[in-house]
Amino acid sequence: MQNIISIKNLSKVYQSGFHALNEINLEIHKGEIFALLGPNGAGKTTLINIVCGIVNPSSGQVLVDQRDIVKDYREARFLIGLVPQELTTDAFETVWNAVSFSRGLYGKPKNPELVERIIKQLSLWDKKDNKIMTLSGGMKRRLLIAKALSHEPQVLFLDEPTAGVDVNLRQDMWNLVKELKQSGVTIILTTHYIEEAEEMADRIGIINKGRILLVDEKKSLMTKLGKKELILDLHSPIDEIPNKLEVYNLILSKDKKSVTFTYDENNKGVGIAELLKELANEGIQFKDLQTKQSSLEDIFLSLVDSDKKQS
Amino acid sequence: MILNTHAIRAIFKFEMSRTLRTFMQSIASPVISTSLYFIVFGSAIGSRITEIEGISYGAFIVPGLIMLSLLTQSISNASFGIYFPKFSGTIYELLSAPVSPFEIIVSYVGAAATKSIILGLIILATAGLFVPLQIMHPFWMLLFLILTSVTFSLIGFIIGIWADGFEKLQVIPLVIITPMTFLGGSFYSISVLPAFWQKVALLNPVVYLISGFRWSFYNIADVNIWISLGMTFSFLVISMLIVFWIFKTGYRLKS
Ligand SMILES: Nc1ncnc2c1ncn2[C@@H]1O[C@H](COP(=O)(O)OP(=O)(O)O)[C@@H](O)[C@H]1O
Ligand SMILES: [Mg+2]
Repeated sequence: MQNIISIKNLSKVYQSGFHALNEINLEIHKGEIFALLGPNGAGKTTLINIVCGIVNPSSGQVLVDQRDIVKDYREARFLIGLVPQELTTDAFETVWNAVSFSRGLYGKPKNPELVERIIKQLSLWDKKDNKIMTLSGGMKRRLLIAKALSHEPQVLFLDEPTAGVDVNLRQDMWNLVKELKQSGVTIILTTHYIEEAEEMADRIGIINKGRILLVDEKKSLMTKLGKKELILDLHSPIDEIPNKLEVYNLILSKDKKSVTFTYDENNKGVGIAELLKELANEGIQFKDLQTKQSSLEDIFLSLVDSDKKQS
Repeated sequence: MILNTHAIRAIFKFEMSRTLRTFMQSIASPVISTSLYFIVFGSAIGSRITEIEGISYGAFIVPGLIMLSLLTQSISNASFGIYFPKFSGTIYELLSAPVSPFEIIVSYVGAAATKSIILGLIILATAGLFVPLQIMHPFWMLLFLILTSVTFSLIGFIIGIWADGFEKLQVIPLVIITPMTFLGGSFYSISVLPAFWQKVALLNPVVYLISGFRWSFYNIADVNIWISLGMTFSFLVISMLIVFWIFKTGYRLKS
């Protein structure tokens, strides 16, 4: 797999003395959708801003398509589009001019057909001659995306693209991202919405307090760490779990009407048959059963939690 | 790519269209205030002042008045041009774009200086309506006009980067530039000052600008024209060095 971005031992200490990033190592594969998932203040924006040249790194190295973002900043930046977290736009410019401006800034010759296509793609065509200050928040977000796409980047950073965005627009955004991926663009998005990462990403990196805790394929992440639970609704309540069943680490619910058996994907199903047999031997009957797979949210919370305990 | 000319053009155009949007502040108001100076100083007071070195008082003050507008407008245009994106956050785009410091400076300072030069010429034309004008060294006149506009646009650019609030944006033009221009011989020749104060006046950079500029009109000067030119160039070079240092270090632009 070819890496389009490679981050080595990247650290950032802000002037205030705050350590926002600690020895980050991260590789982004060409053509993938990578979600950087982490709570507020984790350092997601700092990381993106360093790669894009808005924040100076304190130490470490970042390569974009083998080009150093400090030494060969021009070549590196030609490849990058950024949609910032904050809705920072001009007020008096028109939509059309703002998008054309971005294209020029990135050294691309005028291309009205392309600008038109992008503005239409983001459903802003009927606003093209309007001043930006007359746009709604969702439209401004789309304008920022249009600006970032205007110069045909190979890598697109979306910093919390759906923060404060309504459900419809969120779906549109997800579709757009998938389209972009299809056309070969590598996409790195940050979010603290798990479902966003779960819905879109090929790989997920979890960041907390300036450290990358884990990077993995979304699928294997969910199977590796995803615990499955078997919940048995009992026919009649029991007071305690019989000693014989101790090995299964069953958990009795508070109302004593159900027991939960936790197993993980690695020892798939092992023990379930035996458990059911032994339950029958003990005379415990159940009227219903269900299984539950932990979501990314649970994985995330447990990781961040254990990170907290360690520090 | 050696030079991102598309970017220079885009920024230049963006800045110029900002001027047109704010036409009243950018062009009309300096023209009106200059006209008022002519009416008050040139006609009302000037009629009581005898000629200075053979030039009528109204005509004598023309170069100084143009300089006054040039300095304040260059600074306020250029400082606002870069301060505002910083303030609104849109500077993210400039910082993340494949543009070099040189290209940023050329486009922002170039746009501010272009406005100032146009403004200077408009004021010059306005002055022509009030007093008989005479420009003995038009090439030098343009040279000083351009050098001064570029230098003070650079200074404005530096102020815009340094400022972290609107007050700071105002304070330097108000507290330093305007007094320096008034004391720098806009309305008089420093030769009328007592010897000691003449020496003090020579510490004021604006004296050289006005003297050189006035020389290009009337062939009269407070200081030798080559010294004026040399000083003007020095200010330009010093401002450039400061600006390049700012970009090299990311001072107040990047955290
Ligand atoms: N310019 C700055 N100066 C000092 N601290 C900062 C600055 N910018 C961000 N931080 C701090 O760095 C941490 C990470 O911020 P950020 O990268 O914005 O996190 P995220 O995007 O994950 O919410 C936060 O604690 C924030 O307060
Ligand atoms: Mg953020």
